[in-house]
Amino acid sequence: MNKGTQPPLLYPPYASTVRRAPLEPAIQLPESLSNLDQPVYGWWPIGETDNDLTRQQPDEPQGQRIIVTGRVVDEDGRPVREALVEVWQANAAGRYRHQKDSHPAPLDPNFTGAGRTITDPDGRYEFTTIKPGAYPWRNHDNAWRPAHIHFSIFGTSFRTRLVTQMYFPDDPLFPYDPIMHAIADARARARLISRFDLSLTRPDWALGFSWNIVVCGADATPFEGRV
Amino acid sequence: MRRGRDAVRGTSLSADESLVATSSQTVGPFFHFGLTTAANGRMIDRLRARGEPVTLAIRVTDGAGEPVPDAMIELLQAGAFGRLPTDENGVCEFATARPGRVAGPGPSGQAPHIFACVFARGLLRHLHTRIYFAGDPGIETDPVLARVPEGRRGTLIATPDPGRSGRWIFDLRLQGSGETVFFDG
Repeated sequence: MNKGTQPPLLYPPYASTVRRAPLEPAIQLPESLSNLDQPVYGWWPIGETDNDLTRQQPDEPQGQRIIVTGRVVDEDGRPVREALVEVWQANAAGRYRHQKDSHPAPLDPNFTGAGRTITDPDGRYEFTTIKPGAYPWRNHDNAWRPAHIHFSIFGTSFRTRLVTQMYFPDDPLFPYDPIMHAIADARARARLISRFDLSLTRPDWALGFSWNIVVCGADATPFEGRV
Repeated sequence: MRRGRDAVRGTSLSADESLVATSSQTVGPFFHFGLTTAANGRMIDRLRARGEPVTLAIRVTDGAGEPVPDAMIELLQAGAFGRLPTDENGVCEFATARPGRVAGPGPSGQAPHIFACVFARGLLRHLHTRIYFAGDPGIETDPVLARVPEGRRGTLIATPDPGRSGRWIFDLRLQGSGETVFFDG
């Protein structure tokens, strides 16, 4: 079905899968019995600074200011509009604002690391944030995650639900990362890497990265006119 | 350069980007502050569903029977949405209502159930399952349960908490003995 573009559930190099991956095959349901197209109504209000992670605290966070933008489309190439896009990430030092993150890197009082937005009629989202740092984890000896931003996408139904991670170009940690390498298809892995884009880069302000997202299936939103 | 710009500002993706669904990656262990959703900085522990109020406790365990303290459960019930992380004991507790019967396909429809989506550190993709309520009429004839081997149907059925009226417990076992049935589609 996915020809290696989606990760398997059990991938032993990513140690946490060993005890958590279901071993029984999933039971296939026909569309007539599926819950995936059941509409999910409405989202919660999006605050003015929700898509600008550099303006959520009294002062600016430390780190390289960046803009991350792109489009959410379905597999037919149609924009997924009014999709909720949520992001969360470590700070510039590679530390999450999370009580269980014990990495001895500094927290930044001016960086929460969480944002959200709603896609526009063209499926576009945009965040201003700072570039996250790499951080160590306990998966294997001297294990480090490449810098990444977590993304959660929620369209009008669970058909288009996606949780994934966006990476940055030319990260030297890619070859060592089992989470990324759980995806067998090299081109699919490459599509998780954002692209530096000078045309999105704002002079004297922030580097621009573009990253497009393709969600499963066709979006349930009625949409006149195909792209 | 122009192509890069088109990819973001234009109406179509650039040619080097195929329309293959973006690969899933794990939600990781540190999602709690990022998926709060509600404006008050909390997740959604109350589903706006109509009917007899119930508490639904979902208890997530791994293949060793250990609690999974960093899972996230999303529920969908007649358009009402809920989202909670599990706690130290692998449990999250939703306030909702007993679901109603689902019309179609076919004359007898489907037994009342709640759709659940499971995310966790160690899950490279999210999982889909269904939560039925023990004793509900229609369980015997439910067309989805009919596709599940008889010996595994019980994994999809929440049972009443003997210690607390109105509280139901659903054991979600990711792996191993009594592994919960997950669905594709």
